[in-house]
Amino acid sequence: MNAPKQNFRLVGTRPVRPDGIDKVTGKAIYGPDYVAAGMLQGAVLRSPHPHAKIRGIDTKRAEALPGVKAVVTGADFPQAGDKMVSGGEGGAANLRYVTQKCMAIGKVFYEGQAVAAVAATSRAIADEALKLIEVDYEVLPHVISIEDAFRDDAPPLHDDVFTQGLAEKPEKPSNRSMRFAIERGDAASAIAGAAAIFSGHFTLQPVHQGYIEPHACVASWNADGQGQVWCSSQGHFAIRSMTAGVLGIGVADIRVQPLEIGGGFGGKTTIYLEPVAMLLSKKSGRPVRLAMRRDDVFRSTGPAPGAEIDITLAAAADGTLVGAEIELKYHGGAFPGANEVYSGVGTGLGHYKVPNASIVGWNVLSNIPTMHAYRAPGAPQINFAVESAMDELAHKLGIDPIDLRLKNIVRPGDIGGSGVPLGAIGYAESLEAAKAHPHYSALLGPNQGRGVACGAWGNYGGASTAAVSLGEDGSVLVTEGSPDIGGSRASMAIMTAETLGIPYEKVRVTIADTSSIGFSMVTGGSRVTFATGKAVVQATQSVIAILKDRAAKLLGVPAEEVEWVDGAAVHGDQSLTLAQLAAKAGTSGGPISAEAMVDPHDWLPGFGVHICDTEVDNETGQVMLKRYTVVQDVGRAIHADYVEGQMQGGAVQGIGWALNEAYVYTGAGKLDNAGFLDYRMPVASDMPMIDTVMVEVPNPAHPYGVKGVGEVPIVPPLAAVGNSVSAATGLRMTELPITPDRVYGLLRAAE
Amino acid sequence: MSKLLVSTTVNGDPQQFLCDPDTTLLDALREEMGLTGSKEGCGSGDCGACTVVLDGEMVCSCLVLAPEAEGRQIATIEGVAEGSQLHPVQRKFLEHGALQCGFCTPGFIMASKALLDRNPNPSESEVRYWLAGNLCRCTGYDKIVRAVMDAAAELRQDRRTAA
Repeated sequence: MNAPKQNFRLVGTRPVRPDGIDKVTGKAIYGPDYVAAGMLQGAVLRSPHPHAKIRGIDTKRAEALPGVKAVVTGADFPQAGDKMVSGGEGGAANLRYVTQKCMAIGKVFYEGQAVAAVAATSRAIADEALKLIEVDYEVLPHVISIEDAFRDDAPPLHDDVFTQGLAEKPEKPSNRSMRFAIERGDAASAIAGAAAIFSGHFTLQPVHQGYIEPHACVASWNADGQGQVWCSSQGHFAIRSMTAGVLGIGVADIRVQPLEIGGGFGGKTTIYLEPVAMLLSKKSGRPVRLAMRRDDVFRSTGPAPGAEIDITLAAAADGTLVGAEIELKYHGGAFPGANEVYSGVGTGLGHYKVPNASIVGWNVLSNIPTMHAYRAPGAPQINFAVESAMDELAHKLGIDPIDLRLKNIVRPGDIGGSGVPLGAIGYAESLEAAKAHPHYSALLGPNQGRGVACGAWGNYGGASTAAVSLGEDGSVLVTEGSPDIGGSRASMAIMTAETLGIPYEKVRVTIADTSSIGFSMVTGGSRVTFATGKAVVQATQSVIAILKDRAAKLLGVPAEEVEWVDGAAVHGDQSLTLAQLAAKAGTSGGPISAEAMVDPHDWLPGFGVHICDTEVDNETGQVMLKRYTVVQDVGRAIHADYVEGQMQGGAVQGIGWALNEAYVYTGAGKLDNAGFLDYRMPVASDMPMIDTVMVEVPNPAHPYGVKGVGEVPIVPPLAAVGNSVSAATGLRMTELPITPDRVYGLLRAAE
Repeated sequence: MSKLLVSTTVNGDPQQFLCDPDTTLLDALREEMGLTGSKEGCGSGDCGACTVVLDGEMVCSCLVLAPEAEGRQIATIEGVAEGSQLHPVQRKFLEHGALQCGFCTPGFIMASKALLDRNPNPSESEVRYWLAGNLCRCTGYDKIVRAVMDAAAELRQDRRTAA
């Protein structure tokens, strides 16, 4: 099944992570923990209305409150207009909309949008000052649901947004900000003649990434124009670019210091607070902390889109897929720019060969926060529809669900969802491993069902910079620019030590600020161990070249005859260890260090197969998760614990999406569950152990075979759970979340 | 509003701080005493990231008013290790990779230690229900539960060896 094991000393092992002790003793400094000398505390006033014109803001009383040092509103922001800036995941972001996600300008588009902010000598005074700010709103009609916002006669949020992606620009503005389609073959004819057809409509609500650390930053902006920001994020270079863009200043004038990050899952690849804190600091002359509270996080950061999806999927009698028609409508939120529709349309059928397909996607704006990346953004929603349809076809044709998939999957050499031929992918191996797993053949109890679902994600490469330098005692310092969100310091140290042939403990890894290392793209797209790993290994190989050169000098032999073996330069029976060479660096040519910049395009997609058992209480509709197995092609696991951790964590997030989680809005357009009590994420007692099977089909384009693993695991669970509940009840689950009241209603209606 | 003077004991050390009557114990720990190991994930007692032990009882410090700490004993994440010697629960979290971002970890370690202080041999189910007040979004709980079970086993072994 797996590639023959190469003989690695460290790759694939499970050493303690370098930042571990700080994190188990409470010493690690996260976003809300950082303190600057003379720091003021900020607070943000947020709109109570989902849609309103701001006729005026009177801040005089707030400014007069003793202890208040600065107040800012939209009027303090330079108006960037339509200008793209290199942002987080998905590349560029429009500054006009990035600005309004930080502070409303003239109009509010969702409940919770910032309308003013205060800095004061204490948080209590800042909170008090918010009550003294008078905002004169003219309330406008709002739309929340996709259905309401999509209608021809729906009030458009923006009078300058016309549907993009149509053959001709529409005559009038609408909330359909974008149409994106993939068409191949003749789907309608193929479906018409098929042996088995499933058609269905699937509905999902927006969900939040749910990171436990609320957004927080400290900013300090001096009169000479130089500023610093300390914050936790998934990419401090992206924070720098967007903050500089919003404020209309050069990127070199902002130095962003990365703090430890308490979860992100895509949600911390953009800005909400940083420019506001910068302006408050400029006005007050002191550093300012802004920290969100949990309800702010729910109301005013970017969740993942809800969706309305129509699907028709058709197969021949032997199970071969012949045609598919899919129309998906995704929530876009308040502003255009969410690119989940692209990835949804692109990945929906990307793991199967379907010769005739029409996939049409719409981005639909409404008065809720602008959607933002959440782990494989756009893929879980459409996957729920596709994999539910596959389950139905397996039933109709009497084919084992895994066999049906094996018949249709993409294999090495086939064209992938993004139109790129696939290389060394381990999708078939993952399905075979799932079929052979004891879970797949285990007996089920009464009222229990088993579901299977597969899913794929494209992963990413992207730009990274890394530097490797030698200490004079033979220790090795790695400097990189990718925030460590799930143990990547450990994987960088493993790869460096493996390459050099030295102990893991000899390598120390630093995540440097934006002024201390070259550009690195965000920690997102499952790219860090792949792309930053490539940069780290390249820089390490350059260091080895220098070391061989120095050894040649010291031994008086030609450099090309020196080899690097197990942490030493070797020539015949002579050798010099890394430590000996480091000690002699000063007398053999000076400091030894190297930097590498990469922007690789040879990443590979990832594929997962999930098996889920649930038990349904017929009396209450309660669904209990009994057993869950995640099988995934991981390329090669560098640090096995953190690869398994990605598989387990992603699966449980997907299970939460399937069973519990949803944004719930009142008729007045307000979020009704903006807290962890009512927005109920899975807790330990909801879950069994999550079994993992790491299938290792290495990526030949990476020195250690790495493929991205972080995002794939959230793609299959929605359908895996749905298919499992459908098997237990005999009723197709088409709407998430699968809450007890929903199941109870379905059970009673079926009686 | 004049401030209150609160005298308390934190991790065995006498501490005094000034606070408003409505300051939470969590804010007093983080802002007045500089103990930022206890985290605020929700401020409503739903996530457990701020878990501390107050006179032997596990509490969410965001739901306790700082003046309530007067004359009482508080244990926080900063006092779990003895000097540079990690507590078995802390060590097992590292050995099992039971943290990814690490933000929820202090709360989980406080809750896990409180469990093992009163129940040296918990079943998996007991561990899962005891920790149900602590949210983790990264790990899916699998490795956390394993780490706690493993720490319990080691502590039982230590006690047998000591006896």
